[in-house]
Amino acid sequence: MKHDNSYTGQDFKVIGTRVRRPDGIDKVTGRARYGADASLPGQLVGRILRSPHAHARIKAIDISKAEALPGVKAVVTADDLPLPEGLPGDVAQMLENSMARGRALYDGHAVAAVAAIDAKTARKALQLIEVDYEPLPHVTDVDAAMQPDAPVIHDWLYTSGVDPKPEKPSNIAQRTEFGLGDIEAGFAKADVVIERSYKTEATHQGYIEPHACLANIRPDGSGELWVTTQGPFVYRNVCAQMLGMDIAKLKVTSSEIGGGFGGKTHVWAEPVALALSRKANRPVKLVMTRDEVFRASGPTSSTSMDIKLGATRDGTLVAARAEMRYGDGAFPGIWGMLSCMTCFACYEIANCKAIGYDVVQNRPKVAAYRAPSAPMAAFGVESAMDELAAAIGMDPVEFRLKNASREGGQSHYGPVWGPIGIRATLEAVRDHPHMKAPLGPNQGRGMACGFWFNIGGQTCSDLNVGVDGTVTLTVGTVDVGGSRASLGLIAAEELGIPYEQVQVNIADTGSLGHNDMTEGSRGTFSSGMAAIFAARNTIEVLRERAAKMWDIPVEDVTWEAGQAVAKGSAHGNLKPLSLKDIAAKSPKTGGPIAGHNEVVADGAGVSFASHICDIEVDPETGATKVIRYTVVQDAGKAIHPDYVEGQFQGGAAQGIGWALNEEYIYGDDGRLQNAGFLDYRMPVCSDLPFIDTMILEIPNPGHPYGVRGVGETSIVPPLAAIGNALSNAVGVRMHHVPMSPPRILKALREDGQADRGPAKVA
Amino acid sequence: MLTVRANGSVKNALDGAESVEVTASTIRELLNRLADRYPAFARELDAGIAVAINGEIYRDDRDVPIPADAEVFLLPRIPGG
Amino acid sequence: MSGVLVTTTINGDAVQFACPEEETLLDALRDRVGLLGVKEGCGTGDCGACSITLDGRLVCSCLVLGAEAEGREITTVEGLSEGGQLHPLQESFISHAALQCGICTPGFLVAAKSLLDRNPDPSETEIRYALAGNLCRCTGYDKIVRAVQNAAKQIRERSAQSA
Ligand code: FES
Ligand code: FES
Repeated sequence: MKHDNSYTGQDFKVIGTRVRRPDGIDKVTGRARYGADASLPGQLVGRILRSPHAHARIKAIDISKAEALPGVKAVVTADDLPLPEGLPGDVAQMLENSMARGRALYDGHAVAAVAAIDAKTARKALQLIEVDYEPLPHVTDVDAAMQPDAPVIHDWLYTSGVDPKPEKPSNIAQRTEFGLGDIEAGFAKADVVIERSYKTEATHQGYIEPHACLANIRPDGSGELWVTTQGPFVYRNVCAQMLGMDIAKLKVTSSEIGGGFGGKTHVWAEPVALALSRKANRPVKLVMTRDEVFRASGPTSSTSMDIKLGATRDGTLVAARAEMRYGDGAFPGIWGMLSCMTCFACYEIANCKAIGYDVVQNRPKVAAYRAPSAPMAAFGVESAMDELAAAIGMDPVEFRLKNASREGGQSHYGPVWGPIGIRATLEAVRDHPHMKAPLGPNQGRGMACGFWFNIGGQTCSDLNVGVDGTVTLTVGTVDVGGSRASLGLIAAEELGIPYEQVQVNIADTGSLGHNDMTEGSRGTFSSGMAAIFAARNTIEVLRERAAKMWDIPVEDVTWEAGQAVAKGSAHGNLKPLSLKDIAAKSPKTGGPIAGHNEVVADGAGVSFASHICDIEVDPETGATKVIRYTVVQDAGKAIHPDYVEGQFQGGAAQGIGWALNEEYIYGDDGRLQNAGFLDYRMPVCSDLPFIDTMILEIPNPGHPYGVRGVGETSIVPPLAAIGNALSNAVGVRMHHVPMSPPRILKALREDGQADRGPAKVA
Repeated sequence: MLTVRANGSVKNALDGAESVEVTASTIRELLNRLADRYPAFARELDAGIAVAINGEIYRDDRDVPIPADAEVFLLPRIPGG
Repeated sequence: MSGVLVTTTINGDAVQFACPEEETLLDALRDRVGLLGVKEGCGTGDCGACSITLDGRLVCSCLVLGAEAEGREITTVEGLSEGGQLHPLQESFISHAALQCGICTPGFLVAAKSLLDRNPDPSETEIRYALAGNLCRCTGYDKIVRAVQNAAKQIRERSAQSA
């Protein structure tokens, strides 16, 4: 069925109101069940043995002693997870990432696993597994991995996207290029050119809930998996493929999810838990420790890049070039390519070229993290934008406004822009009182812009009407942060009933058709779209039933404000029928009333944000504190403003952590040195100020309500906004993220500033 | 006749051409025609391709009609976080 | 394996549980008493998801042994609401959208209650420092701080009325 998803500009009754979320009570009373909160009779405890080496050949694994330990019910290695025939390459790599096959590719790579009657026995069993490693040369730094003499991690990896095809394998998986015009000619026209190199370190999504699952494979080959995931349907398909099971025979139920941000779009320990359960013939619960989460689940790329921008004296950007090198971790990804597609999106630049490299390293396989790849590229480009504005003597906001992308213009990655919000966010920033607030000593203000695509995808939803007229909306996207409330609002809006009359239910894979991941800001966008069409489908049924009750033609029945109305003078005596009236009679008018929708919700609508940030630097320690922060972002239409603001604030806070503190630190031995919250310092409550938000609503033409995805763009600008603020505060320009106290102190010293010491007050 | 342009790895799959001419009225037709003409493009299709029609990006919906004067751009498929 | 039998008071009820000597109170509460509202985010005292009060003192239950609970009084998130009534902090967290994924919420509620018990009228800075042992990755803390401020106000107003 084809639907008209174009924006209609209708007026809303409940959309945009701040209702209570239906899962709130369970979540404040401790009753909500997350990944680690399920159990099954006879369940075992699963634990994984991980490589201490950054790169090593696994010559032999002796599991006999572990197997002999009383209480141990299964020990698995790669031998228990054979590659099924015809497994697609990317899935095979995911499987190898879940369990090493002959080689450990990074510190933390799984090499074996056990299932035992309790945690203590499982831990003991891990110590009894003997792995004979032959350490191999390793490389963790992205630039070093690209050198011709770097140890080659995969002998099957040849750079794609270069002509001629390379003769030798290397760590460079792919080269991509996007752009417009002729950059040589463009730079020739420029009066001022800024050329800088930047580096950013890898960060982790940092969800507070570790990966956790409960796997139960039965001897007949069917099974179930309870798991914290952003996509139960995708996990089901991938795990079934990996274990050689029929998709329909594996039921996956998503638990409440304690944060994901992209990191729970990818399977990690789940195939191992399933293999353990299959071998032990018992349910197995596997919960990662925090150390394992850091060492073995999806961080971002570490990057290195060269950015060159040119402008004429009147402030026109005439040329831009970016060469960006993104680490993919142990297996090739598309993260460098994504950086190319996002880096110049905010601006109209006649001549630009973005070149991206995807590079493998002896690090954990990179996974998506909120607007994946965009924050690092924005750090480079937006830092250089400020320097360029200063060089031509223009205000940084005015400079950006002058060059901002516009509707009808061509984006640097190709397509022509539809209605977009970059100018509106910049104008809002320019006029915001925050921009005029006074600053004290060692304080500075910076701003930066950000872009993300947003995506839609396959979606399916059911809407069922109970005999009492209450409504259950069943969706297959998980609720990562209040989407039940937003979807309930949508169903209520469409049916014309109070929000309280709607209950939103998240389906397991046995109860609904396929749904793609809840990623790319698509939860409210695509399930919302499916909810709209399912409700409209239900209204058709309701009209038919009302027509039967009245015994009049269905064409004479319309649906208005939550009730069926008989149209026409012949029916003047018929009182409208409410949803409740119709539902009560449903057993006699044709049975249950339900609506369905299956849709590929495409056209998610791009989104732009501009952030303002004030910081204060302690010149003695280099410590930087954010003292005021404002997010301005286009949401298309905010279904539930509280949760839109929450997305803006959460993304900004993650970006602030990335900018100032968070990083993966590797030793020369290739081991991760800070695999814990204490040393991987995420922002805490006392590190941050209130984060002000401003929601702009520039309707997305590809959604009936104008909704755009809102979850991702907010993490893009903070890195550069803080870098720019630092430069304005203490006059040093940082080129390396995180801008941690030692790096800032070093920059201040090199600048001769710290020698002056702090201002003394008598 | 549509003028279709591409970027990134998709452009390579079209033998590096800046633009190609195709007769097609839906995304499905467009992709099928290109896959027939360029073997590398057929492989690229498996990896994932998105189609931008007048700036709107479609990743999966193959039934979208393409207006005759549309601006059509082929891109690699984009994931999310 | 040697174990201990622990007699303790949890959320006002007398409770006995047996656990191995080296088991943490976090594991004992979750796996033996069934209080799954106590969450594990790290197991090393760095995230506060496992926050409880022990004889009125806020502690990370992952850093306490089950055996240490002998003869002591424990409060967990499950003990915050009374007689079918949500605690004002719980109400306020819902109405202020102070939770997104909610995994950190039990810990924040216990920590915030412990703060308000000691200091019914905390400043924003006092709230931020009192909650600095609890990590939240979703919210940026903005709405959490506002929810605590709002709950504090309500509790003060309520006790002024009843006084
Ligand atoms: S689990 Fe106890 S502090 Fe994190
Ligand atoms: S709401 Fe998700 S960690 Fe706090």
